Amino acid sequence: MAAALPALAALNIFACEPEWGALARELGGDKVTIYTAATALQDVHRIEARPSLIARARNADLMVCTGAELEVGWLPLLQSQSGNASIRPGQPGYFEASDFVELIEKPARLDRSLGDIHAAGNPHVHLDPRNVAEIAAGLGERMAKIDPKEAAHYRQRTKDFLDRWQQAVARWQKEAAPLKGLPLVVHHRNLAYLVAWLGMREVGALEPKPGLPPSTASLTELLARLKQTPAKAVVRAAYEDPRPSEWLAQRARIPAVMLPYTVGGTDKAKDLFSLYDDTLARLLAIAR
Amino acid sequence: MLRSMLSATALAVAAVPAHAQTTEQYRQLQQRVERLEGQTKARGQGVFNPDISVILQGTAARIKQDPETYEITGFAPSGGEVGPPRRGFSLSESELVLSGNVDPYFGAKLVAALTPEDEIEVEEAFFTTLALGRGLTLKGGRFLSGIGYQNEIHQHAWDFQDAPLAYNAFLGGRLNDDGVQGRWVAPTDFLLELGAEAGRGRTFPATDPNKNGAGAWSLFGHVGGDLAGAAWRAGLSYLRVKPSERAFEDADSLGAAATQSFTGESKLWIADFVVKWRDLKLQGEYFRRRESGDLSFDDSGGSAVFGALTDSYTSTQSGWYAQAVYRFLPQWRAGYRYDRLDHGDVSNGIVDNGLGPTAADFPLLMTDHNPTRNTLMVDWSPTEFSRVRLQFAQDKSRAGVTDDQLVLQYILSLGAHGAHSF
Repeated sequence: MAAALPALAALNIFACEPEWGALARELGGDKVTIYTAATALQDVHRIEARPSLIARARNADLMVCTGAELEVGWLPLLQSQSGNASIRPGQPGYFEASDFVELIEKPARLDRSLGDIHAAGNPHVHLDPRNVAEIAAGLGERMAKIDPKEAAHYRQRTKDFLDRWQQAVARWQKEAAPLKGLPLVVHHRNLAYLVAWLGMREVGALEPKPGLPPSTASLTELLARLKQTPAKAVVRAAYEDPRPSEWLAQRARIPAVMLPYTVGGTDKAKDLFSLYDDTLARLLAIAR
Repeated sequence: MLRSMLSATALAVAAVPAHAQTTEQYRQLQQRVERLEGQTKARGQGVFNPDISVILQGTAARIKQDPETYEITGFAPSGGEVGPPRRGFSLSESELVLSGNVDPYFGAKLVAALTPEDEIEVEEAFFTTLALGRGLTLKGGRFLSGIGYQNEIHQHAWDFQDAPLAYNAFLGGRLNDDGVQGRWVAPTDFLLELGAEAGRGRTFPATDPNKNGAGAWSLFGHVGGDLAGAAWRAGLSYLRVKPSERAFEDADSLGAAATQSFTGESKLWIADFVVKWRDLKLQGEYFRRRESGDLSFDDSGGSAVFGALTDSYTSTQSGWYAQAVYRFLPQWRAGYRYDRLDHGDVSNGIVDNGLGPTAADFPLLMTDHNPTRNTLMVDWSPTEFSRVRLQFAQDKSRAGVTDDQLVLQYILSLGAHGAHSF
């Protein structure tokens, strides 16, 4: 496939989510052009296979997505309707980040009465920076494979990124020490990797079951439970409806905190590094 | 290879800062890689089964006029199941969907409908190519045609319980032929897609010809993109068939049975658009059909006044609908649809050339009636897998008669997570 590319063309990357667009930018630099399907203010479960996405998928050399069924409602359509054979599952042109990390929260029971559960495990892997490092290593190698004439470029940038990332992770882990044991209420279970990495505690979720919107009844029940196991804050991603968090925060007298969740979720979260910087700053403000 | 490189990288990351911990961390990483490899193996089991899903649907309906007497006055009957649902409780078609990749070259899908009359119908059974690339996809078998916007959407994913009147009048609900389709997506930043189909002409407006070669031809093109936060698509489609002795029963001016049949050429144009902006979806389609050929009239089975007659027939008829659906709460949507058909110009040589019968002997074809329908719906979808809908329609399909239709409907899907087209 790569051999068919014109000599000077950049590698065309279609990123499903902003975090993978940002990672591809780190590893590809000026040798890649990147189109990102979802913004940080969209729920990635609910993206539609809209015409512009089909057109962009048609021209992609490499599709970088999360996998683990996160994009099951729209990505298969882009792969089939775009007529682009190189981005189909199993092809080198389709990169699934979740293949490179160990997923947590694998359901013991696959039953939709338990909500919108993902059979492969929790797919929201990018909020553990150790996952990002493993995915970066895999992605850098994939880019080198697809665009072999620039392989040295991608490998060099991947190494540089991993060096900087490793220093940043060490710094974040030091800074985040006060967050250990911090009890939180989350909106959806999309912060599970962040909670696990920093040793925080998730004491409840606004969604009564994964994918079901919070109702007054479920929030009231959660409020009652918080009397037994109090939380320090209720956190949500930038794309999630603020109203349920605010409802609970007001009654439980704890702060409602919005986290960027991904690159672009807040003004400060401009790339993967500042995403973590801003996330930690917002969490540390609670712990203080 | 990749795994070993990966674990080396992970090691490099994890090995900061103290060297003393390296041996322990290395051991942990080895265990981790072993677990991940086990996971990959486990994932390989059972995946050769196709994806399976089942759609269950049913209605409870309160219909003012007898659904058995349903007709769209001014238009030749399309032979499809186009009327309102049965009165009272009734099961709708249950769909069984199997799909998967056959090999590196072909994907395949089967949609079987189990009808409430205990029959099995093959709704779709087709292959698609996987490996052509360059924006090209070929499809063959029985499939929902790519013409129009709603035609390709499965009934369980419609925004209303029933099809627009224009689909009912001009396509018998939808075009679902046996044949081949080629589609090409242009290498542009906005969507430009062109498609062509050759089919047998198994259903209305064709008459399932017994001949070699194709009995139905269609062409379609779509353009689409994003504009100021809205996603849009517009399309233009063309269908040409040559119906032969397309017959239906009507009543003459005395109320006795008379058979009419059309032989000639039928050309249909469809212009469609859909716009989605935040929680609002707007959709509309315009149909225009021109038929020219011969019309036969035969009352020998009824009053036997005129016997069998044949003369020229041309008609230019049109119709359109527009609808808006708004999601006002995460699980709730409301929608309104307006339908209208235009009887247009119909010239019937039997009447015009004074062969005997008058326009009153062709009540279905010659009544100058422009059917309209107003439909309101509200639906509740607690998850992507279930939907309950209440719909009210005031339907003036029949000349001089208003039908009030109240329908409560459920749609449930079991099994594989379906992906819905834009």
